[in-house]
Amino acid sequence: MIETILSNIALIIGTTLMYSTPLIYTSLGGVLSENSGVINIGLEGMMVIGAFAGAAIGYFVGDPWIAFIGAGIAGGLFGLLHAFACVTFGANQVVSGIAINFLGAGIALFLSRMFFEGATMTKSIPLDNKMPRPLNGVFPDGSLLNIIFDNQYATVYLALLMVLIIWFFMYKTKYGLRLRSVGEHPTAADTLGINVMRIRYLAVIMSGVFAGFGGAAMSLAIVSNFRPTLVSGHGFIALAAMIFGKWKPQGALLACLLFGGAQGLAVFLGQFDFEISTQLISMLPYVITIVVLIGFVGKSAAPSADGIPYEKEHKN
Amino acid sequence: MGYENVTQSLTKVIEMKNITKKFGDFVANDSVNLDVFKGKVHALLGENGAGKSTLMNILYGLYSPTSGEILINGKKVDITNPNIAIEHGIGMVHQHFMLIKPFTVAQNIILGREPISKLSVLNMKKALKDVKEISERYGLYVDPNAKIEDISVGMQQRVEILKALYRGAEILILDEPTAVLTPQEIIELIQIIKNLTKEGKSIILISHKLKEIIDAADFCLIIRRGKHIDTVVVSETDEEGLASKMVGREVSFVVAKDHKEAGEEIFSIKDLIVKDNRDIIAVNKLNLSIKKGEILGLAGIDGNGQTELLEAITGLRKVESGKIMINGEDITNNTPFQVISKKISHIPEDRQKRGLVLEFDISENTILENYYKEPFAKKGILQYNNIQVYAKELIDKFDVRPREESKMARTLSGGNQQKVIIAREVSNNPDLLIAAQPTRGLDVGAIEFVHKSLIEQRNKNKAVFLISFELDEIMNVSDRIAVIYEGKIVGIVDAKDAEIETLGLMMAGGGNK
Repeated sequence: MIETILSNIALIIGTTLMYSTPLIYTSLGGVLSENSGVINIGLEGMMVIGAFAGAAIGYFVGDPWIAFIGAGIAGGLFGLLHAFACVTFGANQVVSGIAINFLGAGIALFLSRMFFEGATMTKSIPLDNKMPRPLNGVFPDGSLLNIIFDNQYATVYLALLMVLIIWFFMYKTKYGLRLRSVGEHPTAADTLGINVMRIRYLAVIMSGVFAGFGGAAMSLAIVSNFRPTLVSGHGFIALAAMIFGKWKPQGALLACLLFGGAQGLAVFLGQFDFEISTQLISMLPYVITIVVLIGFVGKSAAPSADGIPYEKEHKN
Repeated sequence: MGYENVTQSLTKVIEMKNITKKFGDFVANDSVNLDVFKGKVHALLGENGAGKSTLMNILYGLYSPTSGEILINGKKVDITNPNIAIEHGIGMVHQHFMLIKPFTVAQNIILGREPISKLSVLNMKKALKDVKEISERYGLYVDPNAKIEDISVGMQQRVEILKALYRGAEILILDEPTAVLTPQEIIELIQIIKNLTKEGKSIILISHKLKEIIDAADFCLIIRRGKHIDTVVVSETDEEGLASKMVGREVSFVVAKDHKEAGEEIFSIKDLIVKDNRDIIAVNKLNLSIKKGEILGLAGIDGNGQTELLEAITGLRKVESGKIMINGEDITNNTPFQVISKKISHIPEDRQKRGLVLEFDISENTILENYYKEPFAKKGILQYNNIQVYAKELIDKFDVRPREESKMARTLSGGNQQKVIIAREVSNNPDLLIAAQPTRGLDVGAIEFVHKSLIEQRNKNKAVFLISFELDEIMNVSDRIAVIYEGKIVGIVDAKDAEIETLGLMMAGGGNK
């Protein structure tokens, strides 16, 4: 009895890690962008294009790491677009983000039809060409560690490492200090000779790269192809996780684990014969997102200049 | 002696020659000359909008001049951005502090010039050591690990000065440095300025306050409407001399006010308790009363419950317990609408946020409280003709400039924005007029006008409640002075018996309780 419970818990932990991974990458992207002062609700679209690029490159090239990096570049290009609109032209960041979401989904679909004989779904990547599973078969069969780690892809471990790296970057390096200063008080940063525009550009591009990674962590690991319904709101959940995590990488990680856990739970419960329809159970992660955002998030944690375009004083 | 003779033997560190700056057709600086000498304090005096800040922004590389040249230590320099100014030893302490609130003092000081070890990793140990070193050298004590949001405004200003010194500034521009300080902090600042000049630093002090120029500066450049008026040796002049040069006419500092017997009590507050935004008690069992035909001044240092008190009276904040009465009627926890209808008018602390709708024009702003009444509205439809006639009347009566009722409130100068608010509030013919910081950021001419309006109200046998952080203003305008400290009235004195020392002591929590 106890063994069944333990192995069930291990199973839930395993699925939690798996489903949290794409969220972690993407919300790290959100952390970078918003701490520089640019709201990025285009994470969803950047994730979609990353998922497509990962699956397509993975299929044609056959190397998961090249595909993963390709997905990052694709997301980064959309980040560049967002930066161009928001930083150079001071456009409304929410509107630009919405446009990016439509554009990401549209272009992914268009390219999919172009390269895959009119199909909206990319062809499956064979298991050998998917992300490696570093701890596959390392632990004895049936052990709890094996249940948790056996099927985890390399992207999972990389995501956790990235949280550490981004945290170190933001709080321990001079560029992290500058990034945060630009998101809090760009005019002050400017008077100290810090290039606000450049930092915001780099931060928004990197946020696209991370969202691209997030998408690829789905299409190259959790599943093995791209389809239009694959991302379906995960970018927004990652955004919510970043807010719930108070715009900090470590906070975002915990929030992603919570949301990923909800998803893991939904999958776990889905295998039983309940009187509740599976559709209702699948709603769990989204419902938790809304409840958390309504109930627990204060306003104060956001960087002061988040969402406000920076314009230099009229300098003639 | 004269300026030329006195300065002959001094070393020039900065020469700004014939600086002209145009924004479109508007001439902000019209061939202004400024020399700054080593180890001396050079004040820059002028009314709001006279072009002081423009001139300094040019020196700091935020604007480029239309014509004219700048010499630093005798060499011509093109200052096209702040980095170049910083490289040449110019540091600026902006009027609105340029500090990152969630960062620590040390992080703010090193930002942009961070000491690092390998791989751009911050070396906070060295940062703390560096900050400690300069703060000790100049006697500017700060806690380097404190967060900016937790320290006082005076401390924040020290951080700004340290920021400039950390970058090796030899010339410090202080833009309206006392605007936000308490009287005690102003004394400390002047001492800091003296320490800095002793160390050979040069200071440019931008101000429109004559007293601190007399106290702190060696020389003073006066500009009016962008034009270079004169440069004087401060020790050879006095406040009146500076003021008439600044405004271009004789200015009276004494507020003309006849003695007047106050009437019966009209407004009272009993045991009032109000909490602030953090749910901490800000007004603590406060008692107060105001009579007809008197101006009651409320003196106190910012943050002792003034804002919460005002908001409680005007219906903007919930009263926890206690009573507020006017004309024998209880108005505790009334809505702002009800408060206005009980003949209380309010000139709010923040004129741009609460006093005006900046995106409305003057005429719309004059009827914000009466828009639904005839003749401004009939059957729910606004009568713009009547509104405009009314607005024109007020513009004439209160001398609002420009004289166009269709001008957007945003485009008016601070003084004229305040005139619009006063016009609106006084025209409601209130029994009690509350004026919160009514002259903040205004120049001498506008201040005169505001004070006159308040005294007129009093002479009409109305009650006036004046809240100000400027002790001089409280002492000059009020009939009685109440001092607030930590949410309580700690003393009430007659204005004619008031002494600045006793009031200052009470404001700081000492004195007779």
